[in-house]
Amino acid sequence: MDVGQMQRRLLDYTKSLFMEKGVLDGQFLQLQQLQDESNPDFVVEVVSLFFEDSERLLNDLTRALDQPNVDFKTVDSHVHQWKGSSSSIGASRVKNGCIAFRNFCEEQNIEACLRCLQQVKQEYYLVKNKLETLFRMEQQIVAAGGSIPVLELSF
Amino acid sequence: MATATAAEVYGTPPDEELHVLAVDDSYVDRKVIERLLKVSACKVTAVESGIRALQYLGLDGGKSSVDFDALKVNLIMTDYSMPGMTGYELLKKIKESSAFREIPVVIMSSENILTRIDRCLEEGAEDYIVKPVKLSDVRRLKEFIIKGELEENSKTRHQKRKQRDEDQPSSSSSSSSSSPTTSLSFLQLPAGDDASSSDPPSSPSSPLSQPELLLGSPSKRSKLLDRD
Repeated sequence: MDVGQMQRRLLDYTKSLFMEKGVLDGQFLQLQQLQDESNPDFVVEVVSLFFEDSERLLNDLTRALDQPNVDFKTVDSHVHQWKGSSSSIGASRVKNGCIAFRNFCEEQNIEACLRCLQQVKQEYYLVKNKLETLFRMEQQIVAAGGSIPVLELSF
Repeated sequence: MATATAAEVYGTPPDEELHVLAVDDSYVDRKVIERLLKVSACKVTAVESGIRALQYLGLDGGKSSVDFDALKVNLIMTDYSMPGMTGYELLKKIKESSAFREIPVVIMSSENILTRIDRCLEEGAEDYIVKPVKLSDVRRLKEFIIKGELEENSKTRHQKRKQRDEDQPSSSSSSSSSSPTTSLSFLQLPAGDDASSSDPPSSPSSPLSQPELLLGSPSKRSKLLDRD
């Protein structure tokens, strides 16, 4: 595959992440706009922080919901954090999952909370997978001497 | 009557940029806000809590971590929901302080709750931004702060001129009075290697488009250029 083909593939793949029921929203594009030659790894760095954050929150939530007496305030606080960081990087489905999760925390509905946790976990692994694929494709282009094309999308 | 040159209106020491203190317990958000501000040609100090923010400002009663030459803070942007001290509590502390109450404080929050917004504005917050914060939010804020400083200095200059006229009613003020105020420096692009990062590729307006700020308020403009 030549660089041109790789670049086209990358653009198509990126677009698919935003399409209907896509895993990303406009905030991710905003992050890409903040990247430039002086900060060429900005997006990867922020997303990596998000991954670290998410793994920690996932563990904390699993533990918190496993307690004999679940402290819903604690659970809600973790979900709120996760909602925040996912929103900041544009991981819209994780964010939306967290919104629903918080509603059930308020209701103190343990069963629903456990279901939500699974849901958000799935969404997280999905977006993680896709972003890692995206970054890999970018690396391949750079390794082949090409530049990463910037997606222009109007929202 | 000599009209002001661009240098007199816009010229300033090149090392004067808006200095923003950003407060957020989220590492992800700190990184994003830091980048948003740097791209908008601002100096940033990012801290993880209200306590740290107060320490930085020297308001915590202990020794200030800010040394004598440290930059003045022009704007504080704080997250609302933080463990320990909330952004609201930080806002209150700052507005209670005689030294820092003039610094504009902006609250950032992922939650669009009207009562919360009202409370913050009533307590003196300049603005309430719903997260995620975007480049357009930072631009808007920056223009607002600059405009505030311009008004502040226009008022001061006007008062100084009034004072001088009252002291010596017969003298004309043809000699340029006070030197250009330092706050006008925000209209200038920062020198050196910041220039590349302050110019995001797809931005519709560069920092240099700020002259429009003056055009927006003709009365203020004439005050600044008035030399009678």
